[in-house]
Amino acid sequence: MSPFVEVILTIITASTPLLIAAVGELVAERSGVLNLGVEGMMVMGAVAGFGGAFLTGSPVVGVLCAIVAGMLMAAIFAFLTLKLVSNQVATGLALTLLGLGLSGLIGEHFVGQPGIKLARLDIPGLSNLPIVGPIVFGEDPLVYLSIALTIAVSYVLFQSRAGLIIRAVGDSHASAHALGVSVVQVRTLSVIFGGACSGLAGGYLSLAYTPQWIENMTAGRGWIALALVVFASWRPGRVIVGAYLFGSVSVLGFVVQAVGVTGLLEIVGQWPGEIQWIVVDAIRVVTTPQFLSSLPYLVTVLALVVISKSTRSRGSQAPACLGQPFVPDR
Amino acid sequence: MRIDLIKRPEQSKVMAVASPLIAVALTLVTGLIIFAALGVPPLKGLWVYFIDPLTSSWSLQKLAIKASPLIMIAAGLAVSYRANVWNIGAEGQLTIGALFGSAIPILFNSWQSPLTIIAMLILGVIGGMLWGLIPALLKVKTGANEILTSLMLVYVAQLLLDWLVRGPWRDPNGHNFPMSVAFDGWQRLPTFGTTDVHYGVVLAVVAALALGVLMSKTLKGFEVRVLGTAPRAGAFAGFSPNRMVIFAFLVSGGLAGLAGICEIAGPGEILQPSISPGYGFTAIIVAFLGRLNPVGVIVAGLALGVSYLGGEEAHTVLGISDKAARVFQGLLLFYILACDTLILYRPQVSWRRPRVDAEVAQ
Repeated sequence: MSPFVEVILTIITASTPLLIAAVGELVAERSGVLNLGVEGMMVMGAVAGFGGAFLTGSPVVGVLCAIVAGMLMAAIFAFLTLKLVSNQVATGLALTLLGLGLSGLIGEHFVGQPGIKLARLDIPGLSNLPIVGPIVFGEDPLVYLSIALTIAVSYVLFQSRAGLIIRAVGDSHASAHALGVSVVQVRTLSVIFGGACSGLAGGYLSLAYTPQWIENMTAGRGWIALALVVFASWRPGRVIVGAYLFGSVSVLGFVVQAVGVTGLLEIVGQWPGEIQWIVVDAIRVVTTPQFLSSLPYLVTVLALVVISKSTRSRGSQAPACLGQPFVPDR
Repeated sequence: MRIDLIKRPEQSKVMAVASPLIAVALTLVTGLIIFAALGVPPLKGLWVYFIDPLTSSWSLQKLAIKASPLIMIAAGLAVSYRANVWNIGAEGQLTIGALFGSAIPILFNSWQSPLTIIAMLILGVIGGMLWGLIPALLKVKTGANEILTSLMLVYVAQLLLDWLVRGPWRDPNGHNFPMSVAFDGWQRLPTFGTTDVHYGVVLAVVAALALGVLMSKTLKGFEVRVLGTAPRAGAFAGFSPNRMVIFAFLVSGGLAGLAGICEIAGPGEILQPSISPGYGFTAIIVAFLGRLNPVGVIVAGLALGVSYLGGEEAHTVLGISDKAARVFQGLLLFYILACDTLILYRPQVSWRRPRVDAEVAQ
């Protein structure tokens, strides 16, 4: 396989979990609930996905376990924030802390065990085509699912009655309540849908991205997914763009390894005096593994800054009731 | 049977005190279940976890050392959260504080004077403040969500530390281990007598008490509370929400930085890639368990310190995974948040289905 194809494939596998988690969170936020527990639901999905596949030998069971784990976590969050009206920010943090702890405890015996990788699609004839074959016809099924999911969410949110209700609840819960919509019920379902997606995204990490269990293997991806929703101005179509952008940044380290730092330095070596040394030093710093690893986080901050600055003048795109508690007693 | 929440006419003072106690009790009950599930005699498990750390003077010293960074960070976070400013990147500010403070013993290794440790502590505070200032300024200038930016910067800070101790700051005589030179003499916090308890413990208590006075006795504290609960009222009173964001991050970041350098100059002795068992995140739980009250945080910090020690104890005595401690900590925060509902609402249990017209009447 050519290095180019390999880079593209890696970008796709790195972007898919971000896309799935962000699309799920987008639905929850559209209904007016800010669930900061994406990281916790994701990491539980990852450990449940690995465990399910490891114990049964079937990656499909793993995927299902991951989804259920995410849904259970989301259900706890929904009960606290929607039924007991607890603070959404604090409860989301609690969900993340609990998820990270619990997954570490559950996954203790999975560390170092061989993982089961989700098989990639293999269509005779098509998957072997040069370049296009592996990229378009040779992905694992969840990659296709993630795209289909985004289109479906976009359709449901903006073209269906259910989507109208979800958006109404998120933009004005008092009006939706007055119209006879059960705000708490709609939000509970949206949050649980978000949990299912986060769980699936976590399962993708431990079944396809790096098929093994490593403690804290989500490494902040849940938080990046949260930032993606803001970055995408709560629009599913833009989440795809954002997810692939962030996915590309996160595999830059891989690309640099593929090209080779020495190769880069040789090219620069041809340049004249002063500039050469500055560039060489810059390359040395920029290509340290730590700097490359920090890029996704720095880019997330940068993206948040850029998008916040531009929406500040146009007014926020966020659902009007995002993060606000609702008690149906008035 | 159904349970309805009836809004109380005013906040329940009894529940405000009882809620964290109920939460702790519920965590202990859940602990019994978890121990049983792990195949450990539940009561013995609880004893080892939560009582043993309190039974010897040696373990009480360790408790003070464990609790002090938690108290220090959580006191700052309590002020920040009261102002409705969500700094969740204390772990990163702690890391940068440790890094700034350690610059002195690493770069000027021969400087030995009482001023050395003082300069280290001050630099630690400055480091934490600067790292906290980034999300604060981004929030004020561009409106970027401080929750996400402060958290992202945790990862960046940890990678920066990792790079420094593997690269420029590695001990040249350290056999290539990723660690700095060891600190000694005035590069370390003095300890009480022959114990391991260092003066950072005093700093933690003083910081918490000082912030307690600030919150309850000064105009600034009033400003924090007004802007946190009623931002519009605060704006009419002439309080600036933007300045509050900066203030909250400077206080919480500075204290997290201080906690960071105290860890290194106290029990840590050297700078290495991993310097904190997640104190910056656990401190979030401490802040809530302490009712977002800097003085309450002292008690809460001791309680969470017990869970760290108990975790180590249970690991060696009972062979329970040391990961269990983090599960207890996460559960505790859930129970606190759930119990806090009781402050504002009164649960009402009704055994029959309510009549439809009764619901309409509400």
